Amino acid sequence: MGTVERIQNSLTSGLSPDRLEVIDESGQHVGHAGAIPGKITHVRVKVTTTAFAGKSRIERHRAVNELLKDEIAAGLHALAIEAKAPGE
Amino acid sequence: MSISQFIDNEIKSNDVVLFMKGTPQFPMCGFSGQVVQILDHIGVPYKGLNVLDSGDLREGIKQYSNWPTVPQLYVKGEFVGGCDIVREMFQAGELQTLFKDKGVASKESARA
Repeated sequence: MGTVERIQNSLTSGLSPDRLEVIDESGQHVGHAGAIPGKITHVRVKVTTTAFAGKSRIERHRAVNELLKDEIAAGLHALAIEAKAPGE
Repeated sequence: MSISQFIDNEIKSNDVVLFMKGTPQFPMCGFSGQVVQILDHIGVPYKGLNVLDSGDLREGIKQYSNWPTVPQLYVKGEFVGGCDIVREMFQAGELQTLFKDKGVASKESARA
């Protein structure tokens, strides 16, 4: 299973999202610090879930970071997060 | 002084502190660079601390805030967020309001 699929699985089981997109943006960062050719190092996550209703931006990001802490520890260098509740 | 005492001291003795990769003049990462551009646009004075200068600082700031990524912005001792949160707040006008509410002077002409 690849990095993107593992991230999708972690967020799906942790947040039951209405909408989830995990986008590999590593190719846009070739040559930058933290980029490793052929590896998934830069990921953008777009997630919409009722779990975020009434939660602050920091709380939403902390929830995503916590679910992906193993990926971050394993070398995911950059994680862009767009976290929304339905209707936002 | 431990690294957490150093960080604590920096964010309590400066109104606005940005932990970043590189310096405000020469950001070494696109995410840090975005926050620098936003702060410069709003026109608020801030202190930039380069985590690439010190492995202790780079790990220490992640533990201090329990936040795994850099950049990290602090205003009046309070953690505001990383690049995505700062940009969203700026676009919504909330960052400018936060500075105003906290009594941090900025260029009044700045608009998102």
